[in-house]
Amino acid sequence: MGHPTGPWTEKRLMVSPTTPAPAVTASIQSAAKPTLLSIRNVAKTFGRNAVLRNVSLEIAEGEFLTILGESGSGKTTLLRIVAGFETATSGELWMGDERLDRQPPYRRRVNTVFQSYALFPHLTVEQNVGYGLRVAKRPAAEIAQRVADALDKVKMTAHAKAKPSKISGGQQQRVALARALVNRPRLLLLDEPLSALDANLRRQMQVELKSLQREVGIAFVFVTHDQEEAMVMSDRIALLRSGELEQVATPREIYSRPATAYVAQFIGHTNLLKGDVRGGVVRGGSLSWATSLPDGPALFSLRPEHVRLAGTGGPPGLVRTRGRVLHQAFHGATELIRVECADDLVLVMRTASGGGALHEVDLEFSAADAVLVRESPERN
Amino acid sequence: MSEGATNLPRSRWLLVHAGAVFAFLYLPIAVLILYSFNGQGVGGFPPRNLTLDWYRILFADEPIWDAVLNSLQVAFAAMVIALALGVPAALALDRAQFPGKALFRRLVLLPLILPGIITGLSLLMLFNVTGTKLSLMTIVLGHGTALISVATTEVFAGLQKLDRRQEEASLDLGATYWQTFWRITVPNLKLSIIGAALLIFTLSMDEIAVSFFLIGRDNTLPLEIWGRLRRGITPEINAVSTIIFVFSLVTIVFWYRLRVRSEGGADVGMELLETSEGSAK
Repeated sequence: MGHPTGPWTEKRLMVSPTTPAPAVTASIQSAAKPTLLSIRNVAKTFGRNAVLRNVSLEIAEGEFLTILGESGSGKTTLLRIVAGFETATSGELWMGDERLDRQPPYRRRVNTVFQSYALFPHLTVEQNVGYGLRVAKRPAAEIAQRVADALDKVKMTAHAKAKPSKISGGQQQRVALARALVNRPRLLLLDEPLSALDANLRRQMQVELKSLQREVGIAFVFVTHDQEEAMVMSDRIALLRSGELEQVATPREIYSRPATAYVAQFIGHTNLLKGDVRGGVVRGGSLSWATSLPDGPALFSLRPEHVRLAGTGGPPGLVRTRGRVLHQAFHGATELIRVECADDLVLVMRTASGGGALHEVDLEFSAADAVLVRESPERN
Repeated sequence: MSEGATNLPRSRWLLVHAGAVFAFLYLPIAVLILYSFNGQGVGGFPPRNLTLDWYRILFADEPIWDAVLNSLQVAFAAMVIALALGVPAALALDRAQFPGKALFRRLVLLPLILPGIITGLSLLMLFNVTGTKLSLMTIVLGHGTALISVATTEVFAGLQKLDRRQEEASLDLGATYWQTFWRITVPNLKLSIIGAALLIFTLSMDEIAVSFFLIGRDNTLPLEIWGRLRRGITPEINAVSTIIFVFSLVTIVFWYRLRVRSEGGADVGMELLETSEGSAK
């Protein structure tokens, strides 16, 4: 940002009318791009409490990676280790061929947007944004130019002379972003930066943040507990549970191919089907379908949208069952219907709204949509 | 806060009671100021023949002015010593983890609770043992060490209210620990430090007990006044007290204005003033 020859190309990128399908290209890009930061076997214990266990993660140049997890999953601790505010109990951080975890925070080319923004109350918006450049002893003219560019980028030029206490939460958020980005870090860390905003502003900032990230081309590591936010913004999601990574994948992948039962339940709604494989056939209660899995117990995740009201006839290979409607929840365009089938099996299905009240229904789903997942063992 | 109270029927006795308390607090000061203008000396009621004579006499009184100058010097030096030792102690209490920290915290606060006689006497014994000649310097050391606790408590309170994320943000933006301390920590503590400085200055200015034990040939103002009172009271004392009172009042108003002006910043140690203002509204 604010690079002498930069703005033209950036502007052209910004107004480019043909934005390709984001998730697909992004995953291809991140696979092709070189690794920026490599987190290797990082563990952190506070006293006897293990907060992170053997976390290994590669962050690619220019990618938008979200660390998703419930509160207490260790996501903020991981971010603070990368920023340098916490020291890992074991493990290493590498940026290129440089050992990052041995550097103090002020030598790392990593900047942070804090959850509380942490703007300096005694400095104006402008002075806040220029702080890093002044500390780095850049020439005054350059500081003025870069600060002006950064404020322009986040649309805060009008408030340049205001103190942080005089601007709104959303505006403070933009200032915090500008203050971090003006230093041209190689990696930007964002610790639940949208959690303090109300729902509307939050959705708007999600879009803005994502387009800003594409524009500046800096890798973002974004921490959140909100799975929807993670799905909307990320190139890849790293799902953290009790200090361990459950799955790292693109939003589409993590939704359609969840690795574990926990992932399947944490991201979106799902039906978990317990089954037993014997001689090429899965049996779970009254349901059964053919499979190529080896014999033994198996757990499947079946998304509600893959369960349909059974039509007459239909292609073969569909698993069919019949049940009584327990509950019908209206969600706008779709509704979620809980159906009690034989043997205490409850299936949740999603259909387009407008079907009216249902009582007894015939259901069907394709066996291919039942995704094999690992059991998530209890931790802690 | 006062919404509930306004709905209650106002008691007349409450007003009388409040009036009595205020009279008890401020009547002596009012009398003191009034009699500094009394032509009849300290006797007689009501005061008659208002005059500025006592101020004229006061301004010509060399020993009083020497004492004022001594007190100012002592207060300033004590303030510097107390801050230089008290601020790092507050930082250590807030940030560092070391064995015996709880004990250290209590020991730092002890001089605040100890009677001045004990502090004075023990320092006197120390100076006797080391063969140090008593002078203004020994008073400076006495005040300085006794008032460290004021600097520590005031600055510690400020540190507790400081958002540590701000310091992390500063480190994150490339400032070293030292730069962060001067650019972020100190500006945020500015009011605590100024508050502590003013408080130490004032406490040192009117300190008697410790000074009494450590005094050399030169008097501080309170000791000078006290010495004169033994020979009989004169309105000249009232005049000098009035000047001190006005000076203190100006200092407090100045501090308060400073606080109000730096809105949103660290609000420190002045809850008392704030509550009293709030309830007056």
